[in-house]
Amino acid sequence: MPLITVRPEGLYCEIGDFFIDPWRAVDTALITHAHADHARAGSHLYVATQISEGILKKRLGSQIQFQGVEYGEPLKFGNIWVSFHPAGHVLGSAQIRVEYKDEVWVVSGDYKRCVDPSCAPFEVIPCHTFITEATFGLPIYTWQPGATTVKQIYDWWQSDRDRPSLLFCYAFGKAQRILAELTQFTDQTVYLHGAIHSLTESYRTAGVSMIPTLSTSDQPRSYKFKGDLILAPPSAHRSSWMKRFSQPQTAFASGWMAVRGARRRRGYERGFVLSDHADWPGLVQTVRQTKAQQVYVTHGQSEALARYLTEQYGLEAMPLKTLFEGEGDIE
Amino acid sequence: MKRFAQLFQQVDATTSTNAKVQALAHYFQTEQPRNLVWALYLLLGKTRRRLVTAHTLRKVFLQVSAMPEWLFSDCYAQVGDSAETIALLLQDIPLRQGQPAVDDLNLPLHEWMERVIPQVKDLETETELVACITSWWAALDNFEVFVLNKLLTGAFRIGVSEKLVIKGLAVATGIPEAVLAHRLMGDFAPTLGFYQQLLSPEATERSPSQPYPFFLASPLEVDRFQTEDLSQWQAEWKWDGIRAQLIHRSGECFIWSRGEDLITHQFPELQPFLQSLPSGVVLDGEILCWQGDRPMHFNHLQKRLGRKRVSQKMITENPVCLIAYDLLEWQGKDWRNYPLCDRRQQLLELLESFPSPVARLSQALEFSSLADLEQLRAEARQQGAEGLVLKARNSPYLVGRKRGYWWKYKLEPMSLDAVLLYAQAGSGKRANLFTDYTFALWQGQDLVPFAKAYSGLDNQEINELDKWIRKHTLEKFGPVRSVEPSQVFEIGFEGITESNRHKSGISVRFPRILRWRKDKSATEADTLVAAIALLKLMDRSTSAPG
Repeated sequence: MPLITVRPEGLYCEIGDFFIDPWRAVDTALITHAHADHARAGSHLYVATQISEGILKKRLGSQIQFQGVEYGEPLKFGNIWVSFHPAGHVLGSAQIRVEYKDEVWVVSGDYKRCVDPSCAPFEVIPCHTFITEATFGLPIYTWQPGATTVKQIYDWWQSDRDRPSLLFCYAFGKAQRILAELTQFTDQTVYLHGAIHSLTESYRTAGVSMIPTLSTSDQPRSYKFKGDLILAPPSAHRSSWMKRFSQPQTAFASGWMAVRGARRRRGYERGFVLSDHADWPGLVQTVRQTKAQQVYVTHGQSEALARYLTEQYGLEAMPLKTLFEGEGDIE
Repeated sequence: MKRFAQLFQQVDATTSTNAKVQALAHYFQTEQPRNLVWALYLLLGKTRRRLVTAHTLRKVFLQVSAMPEWLFSDCYAQVGDSAETIALLLQDIPLRQGQPAVDDLNLPLHEWMERVIPQVKDLETETELVACITSWWAALDNFEVFVLNKLLTGAFRIGVSEKLVIKGLAVATGIPEAVLAHRLMGDFAPTLGFYQQLLSPEATERSPSQPYPFFLASPLEVDRFQTEDLSQWQAEWKWDGIRAQLIHRSGECFIWSRGEDLITHQFPELQPFLQSLPSGVVLDGEILCWQGDRPMHFNHLQKRLGRKRVSQKMITENPVCLIAYDLLEWQGKDWRNYPLCDRRQQLLELLESFPSPVARLSQALEFSSLADLEQLRAEARQQGAEGLVLKARNSPYLVGRKRGYWWKYKLEPMSLDAVLLYAQAGSGKRANLFTDYTFALWQGQDLVPFAKAYSGLDNQEINELDKWIRKHTLEKFGPVRSVEPSQVFEIGFEGITESNRHKSGISVRFPRILRWRKDKSATEADTLVAAIALLKLMDRSTSAPG
């Protein structure tokens, strides 16, 4: 009997009677990480890593019933053992391991294999069945180390000190990773859009070391941000919020920026290739390291990755339809 | 090559016009002349030759990478460009192993273009071709591979317009843009000799074939035009043919299209007329298929375009005529700086002295008020024209599109509300986004496809529609998806004709999306009967081919 199945509410473990990252309200929701497509409101009990509590409550409301766990701490749901292990995606992100009798399944959530100073590194968990994401599941996606890309961002910022430099990136995870990487190059203050500012505070509370930051909204009206770096979520691009900055240079940091067409159609002046998801070599390598014989591929390029794993490595790999979105192509 | 790839990367990495011009100017200032002319040649899209097809390039890649073909296709669908797909994929494939030392491939651009790349022509076996291209890939970095692939496949387009290249060159050399634009018109060989001519401070001897840059009208800014003194303006019909420049110099005749293609041989019936004019004359005009006193439908002209040989039958069935707009050169002298009224007077005299059934002067239309102009514009369709062109009587013949001198005032397009039926992903910038749409009209209970359209939505709407299409796909046929027939769009088009090649029996010209009619349900879309009514309206004005 499969340990995990897909129900209309989401990924379900019948023996333990819980859901993982459900997309509807349920009794018990185990949450891999606090991104919106994995952590949705309305469930009765949320179980997630202790370190993600602050952000999860900011997103779902402080009134939620929350049970925190440490990485690796064994929990028992009915007859099944459950533990959370670092996924290297964002602060507090976890893979969820479930064990029943001699069988082990792992749900990866979202993950990456590159070094990221803002969260715990991915841990390989051997298992029989691995449920993996495939946001960037095509061999055209191969990442450089984050530090290399952030150095490019730093150079771009320094190349024009007469204008504000507006960098768009996801508010939770990507922004803090950039702020943490930037400590290698500078200690100048970076300015943050409100949405990023509040999440960054949670990272600081969790002890992540980042360069100094201030909220843009706390600056006096007369302040011009000349030569400053400002981080903002993609939704702020071309919004009225942007009017505050006179003739800014703009850029977007995302894995999608690897492809020229994707970069050009967005209308940012520059694109930096930086993703919190595994690239193609990372996905293939991870699946192989888990030694799993059975692989379910959830969101992204699920068909391509599943077919490749089947053909090249003889694994029993198949796509699994879910409502996860990964790094939204369009935000 | 490294420097050129770097330039490409800089220009490609930014959408800022200023940054592009700066990068170009810097490159032109610091690059060796022999490489510089090649860079210009490539940036201006003068290459027409394809040494290797994208298909062959893909075959070479599949051989050296051992990647399954389906996976390559999936990648291509995401990227929309073979050259780039291969460059991206090569990041993760160690080609360098076992390849000969290839340091000598760190060569300047002119060496690549003149010596290295042409080698592929002499290769006889596929094995040789694979070995040759692979050794180049192995020697270059990721971005250089992309540039090389683009050069090989001849599809060298970069995110920079001709205008920006010329601007960058003007900044670098101090020579005015208009002079450079003129010197770079038509065909040139990327040689040192050309480089010297191009940058010479004095006027240079030009080849007889060299055209002038075209001057283009801009869409009318009604508010701005309202305050003009109308007596200083001239109105002409805007014809729907092909804009052309006709040259007779030192006994030779040349006809250039606006896309800078030499089309002399496509219109043999214009040559006796051109030949009859005194040498040293350049005309600007529109080539149309013409019968009696009115143009034939564009479909006739379409049959004449892009052919290597034109049969007598073709000429008889689709006779062409030149509507002359302007005189750019007279008695070997550049007349472009004289005011329009003077150029036109000389043009009139010229056409009267050398009458020909294939050449007519573009008529100046009578008007004294804006209301008159509106009236004329409303009559354009009956004339077989697509609107009006308004020109300042004292305007010089400038370069490109400079607002304020010549305006075009086009007809409102015809339009129908149609239902989205199929969608297909675009390529290039629109790869992996559903942007090619097929629209249908009602015929009884059925929806019959009547037009494909690619443009008219803004980015936000494209993204929204793309998401909608993914969620409402009914069936997939290869790259095409059929969708729930529920979204209605107002489709605009310039003309409509009968067609036995289309299931609907009609074809439309320049279809594009005017609006997404979210307020309408599919049942409220137009019928094929409504389209046929428009067709009858059109038939009264132009004669369509049977």
